[in-house]
Amino acid sequence: MTNVQVRLRAVEKVFPGGVEAVAAMDLDLAPGRVTALLGPTGCGKSTLLRLIGGVETPTAGSIEIDPLPQIGFCFQEPRLLPWRNVRRNVALPLELARASRETCRREADRRLEMVGLGDAAEFLPAALSGGMRMRAAVARAFIADPTLLLLDEPFAALDEVTRLRLDEEVAALVRKRSITVLLVTHSIAEAVFLADEVVVLSPRPARILDRFEIPFGERNAALRGHEEFAALQSRIYNVLLAGMEATS
Amino acid sequence: MKYPRIIWNSVWPPAVVVLILLSLWHLAVVLFSIPEFLLPTPWSVLERIYDQWPRLIAATGRTATATLLGFGLSAVIGIVSGSLLSLVPLARRGVYPLTLLLQMVPLVAIAPMLVIWFGYGLPSVIAAACIVSVFPVIAGTLDGLQSVDAGLAEMFRIHRAGRIRTWWSLGLPWSLPSVFTGLRIAAGLAVIGAIVGEFVGAFGGDQAPLGAVITSALKQNQTSTVFAAVTLAAMLGFALFGFVNLAGWLLLGRWHESAR
Repeated sequence: MTNVQVRLRAVEKVFPGGVEAVAAMDLDLAPGRVTALLGPTGCGKSTLLRLIGGVETPTAGSIEIDPLPQIGFCFQEPRLLPWRNVRRNVALPLELARASRETCRREADRRLEMVGLGDAAEFLPAALSGGMRMRAAVARAFIADPTLLLLDEPFAALDEVTRLRLDEEVAALVRKRSITVLLVTHSIAEAVFLADEVVVLSPRPARILDRFEIPFGERNAALRGHEEFAALQSRIYNVLLAGMEATS
Repeated sequence: MKYPRIIWNSVWPPAVVVLILLSLWHLAVVLFSIPEFLLPTPWSVLERIYDQWPRLIAATGRTATATLLGFGLSAVIGIVSGSLLSLVPLARRGVYPLTLLLQMVPLVAIAPMLVIWFGYGLPSVIAAACIVSVFPVIAGTLDGLQSVDAGLAEMFRIHRAGRIRTWWSLGLPWSLPSVFTGLRIAAGLAVIGAIVGEFVGAFGGDQAPLGAVITSALKQNQTSTVFAAVTLAAMLGFALFGFVNLAGWLLLGRWHESAR
């Protein structure tokens, strides 16, 4: 799989009405690695992700993505179409890319097996729990074999246990494929658990306060009990806190 | 809950109310000795339906044909125009306010013009049924399409879906609940439009539909025949409303609260 490199240079985003979400941002997403953007709520981290995903256009600066990526998106909410069953929801990106019905069905079933929803293919989203809906959304994000995966606080609305389990599942899926991933989160533990690098952002407008290399290899539940895991969280927390105090 | 029980539970309360109202009506006519040409009893209306069954059922069939064609036309025109107005913002700003005219202009005033344009008989009655019932479908479709969840619309943009594809796969299914709200209102209006159209533009005699039966009976002071025709027209409206509800339930019942 070709690794995608993302380069942001002096990127700014000012919304109509004058709200400055991102200020003079230089950022590189290392190919084949997971980068987490961590910052307080409303700091502009989701805007950054949307700029990279092409949903928003920057007011100034440039965003280079090389080579042209196949983007997989996972949002805060599952965003499933309530009238489609789980299989057809997962297959939607392929269907919109005009893949054949047979390909859509086969690939959707494969991804559903991957996230443990093989038995729920025929269910409507309303029949699923919150965690199962997010699993379906993860399966949809992976269906077109993305080379750039953008995760926008994907499990923020879930209970703690489901969230931890999904973090572990996503970590395994991402590492198996070595794709370039950008994760936006306000959970320090989630960022340290999933990412290879954590970029800490200031309150709005988003500026980089610090960057942390995460030295862990394999990610599993046992990692959360390590001293170094706790120490990293504590260091990142202090940077976040200092950033928030500096602007308040 | 089993379907027969669901149907029974939704039928008996209005049936009881109708029975009470009919009893009160009957009592009022008897107690105040109201002459039949002013207000017949429900029983004499039923008798008239029984006596004139072949003529009235044929008239109902003609009105039903015009109503169904007018309603079908307004459903197609309403959904297509609502969708076009949603897809083309400039058209929405320019044309949508004018579609209100369809609601504002009294049908009685334009029905004679329809006869001039379409001639006597079925075409002018269909046009009347369509004109009076199309606006709720346009408004329902447009409202539904404009209220599409922003997150889902963004997801379609991210996957580079074209406008037609987004309309077909997202907008149309999303707007179905409000389209059906418009269709339910249109069902009743289509019957009213057909009857009013028939007052002006229908053939009489053996070819008379319900509207023509009503005008002819009025001229002859046959009030119970008027009531019999009105009763059948109301039943036609109920049947069409029921059909729209059934279609809505079949299409939306699995996933939308409004149809459960």
